[in-house]
Amino acid sequence: MRPTALFMIALRSLSRNKLRSALTMLGIIIGVAAVIAMLAVGQGARAAVEKSIASLGSNVIIVSPGAPNQSGIRLEAGSNSHFSETDADAIRAQADQVLYVTPMVRTGGQLKFSGQNWRTNVYGVYPEYLLIRQWNVVSGSSFTVSDERGATKVCLVGKTVANNLFGEDADPVGRTLRIKNEPFRVAGLLESKGQNALGQDQDDIVIAPFSTILHKVLGGTYAQSFFASAVSGNAIPDASKQIEDILRRRMRIPDGAASDFTIRTQTDIAAAATSTSQTLTVLLASIAAISLLVGGIGIMNIMLVSVTERTREIGIRLAVGALGRDILLQFLVEALVISILGGLLGVLLGVGTSAFLASTQGWAVSVSPVSVFVAFGFSAATGIFFGWYPARKAAQLNPIDALRYE
Amino acid sequence: MSNPILSVKSLVKTYQMGEMTVHALRGVDLEVYPSEFVAISGPSGSGKSTLMNILGCLDVPTSGQYLLDGEAAQNLTRDDLSRLRNRKLGFVFQSFNLLSRTTALENVELPLLYRRDVSPSEIRDRAMACLAAVGLAERAGHYPNQLSGGQQQRVAIARSMVNDPVVILADEPTGNLDTRTSIEIMGLFQGLNTKGITVLLVTHEPDIAQFSGRQVIVRDGKIVRDIPTPNQLSAREELIKLPPPSVEELI
Ligand SMILES: Nc1ncnc2c1ncn2[C@@H]1O[C@H](COP(=O)(O)OP(=O)(O)O)[C@@H](O)[C@H]1O
Ligand SMILES: [Mg+2]
Repeated sequence: MRPTALFMIALRSLSRNKLRSALTMLGIIIGVAAVIAMLAVGQGARAAVEKSIASLGSNVIIVSPGAPNQSGIRLEAGSNSHFSETDADAIRAQADQVLYVTPMVRTGGQLKFSGQNWRTNVYGVYPEYLLIRQWNVVSGSSFTVSDERGATKVCLVGKTVANNLFGEDADPVGRTLRIKNEPFRVAGLLESKGQNALGQDQDDIVIAPFSTILHKVLGGTYAQSFFASAVSGNAIPDASKQIEDILRRRMRIPDGAASDFTIRTQTDIAAAATSTSQTLTVLLASIAAISLLVGGIGIMNIMLVSVTERTREIGIRLAVGALGRDILLQFLVEALVISILGGLLGVLLGVGTSAFLASTQGWAVSVSPVSVFVAFGFSAATGIFFGWYPARKAAQLNPIDALRYE
Repeated sequence: MSNPILSVKSLVKTYQMGEMTVHALRGVDLEVYPSEFVAISGPSGSGKSTLMNILGCLDVPTSGQYLLDGEAAQNLTRDDLSRLRNRKLGFVFQSFNLLSRTTALENVELPLLYRRDVSPSEIRDRAMACLAAVGLAERAGHYPNQLSGGQQQRVAIARSMVNDPVVILADEPTGNLDTRTSIEIMGLFQGLNTKGITVLLVTHEPDIAQFSGRQVIVRDGKIVRDIPTPNQLSAREELIKLPPPSVEELI
């Protein structure tokens, strides 16, 4: 039988039961749309995570106190290890794969500016910190090495802090705010970085010279952590090894004993985050794929009903000379028309849903052409897979049994 | 005499119904020659339909030989049997067996759709010619449920002849029709028969069997009598003898 004739028969038989065909198609439409939308959400999440990891800086290495925890049980942070400022100098001097390094102290501080209050994190770091994190100052300028040496009371503020203390879009440069009642001159406004992978606002921050925060605000003697950067992406493993060796030597940790500090690199963080977002994508896509599977079973169900209903028709066709193949194709084409048409409508619905989520929920949702092709191809395959059995059943009917069927 | 077009030997067909074995055919020998018009009659349940279905290659015998136009049908595959039915046989059933929601013309086209060597325009022309031959040219676009029983059976006859068959098999084609329409249908078969097509007709009505040239009587799965029809009737003449159709029938 000619393909056009087969196609016409399929369309005619589907239009005979419009509601039934539409409902069957709905299963495929929802399945395909769900696959596309879920993949889009997953990939959007992944893109967002990658962007926020990139916002961490370039080739960043973070050293924090405490042994790497696997069990989730962790001693109080920094209970054993004491980083000193001279460790940073040693790293700078000895580790040739390390480009920049800075010690860091953090304090949760109450900020005040003429009656306005704001609680935020205040970080004490070397000026190199901005280079490590590739963070620009958009107004004013950064503090300098001499500010660090002199423990000058200057600071840089993030956009959120500036907005809340000085008012929307007011230029904070040159004003004086109080951190735990110490007056600090605002030297510059930090470029906005938005949210990080955990959804925290990275612009809710104040950065000041390490020595100032350590001696004039905290009154302590130890650095809490180190931020460093490797000379290149490839040098990250070597750089982190060098840092580890230097710190172990300086802390006199015997060979074979575990370090009581943790080194994490940007690559590690990226890998962990990527694998999390991949898991999320796979999870979402599997749930969606199951709904496509259910849609496929719907096709199979309806095709079985259709074959039974049309047993006599099949008998007539066989009597006048239809081959098994002709009958098989007739029903397979019918299943394919449902699944391909459903697939096309599902693609439209899926892209529409993704756009809707992106605009209303503000989710970073990105539909990739690959996922559209995969979902569409999958729906066509579903039609063939689930249409095959009923079509085969029809094709194997005995002419006389089919003709006699009541 | 020429070679038989249909020839069966020791044809047996049994149906297994659980514990019980139904002997539908208990050894049938029959030869039908080209251009014969054979009526197979006998009481209900005697095995007429079973015999016709085997002769029409719609069913397979439990045992026995069957030669159709020189080909041994029992050796053929399902698809070969389909091709054989398509090229050599035409069927007319008691219940018409037209595809509903498919126009008269499309029903007639159906056997040609399963041939790869006929163009769509030729399919249309041949189907139209056959519809015209049974007097239904102007009903080509009608659906079966818009046609009377007699008209539906004529569509079925047009379908059976569209592929130039050598044999037309009709199982109780007049079973659902009134006398006048039955005779009209027999007229169509007689017309086809004079054009050289072999016609096999199953009927339990002796009046209808009178239109054939040879009568085979089946009883209990066996042929008990096989004679030329003593006074073969002509459908055309019988129609003239009938009282004119009433006004209701004309409408
Ligand atoms: N599919 C079948 N299964 C079981 N028995 C059958 C079947 N078809 C026919 N028979 C039996 O075979 C016998 C002959 O039937 P059939 O050929 O239809 O008779 P006829 O057409 O002469 O009335 C009957 O006894 C009938 O019950
Ligand atoms: Mg019968």
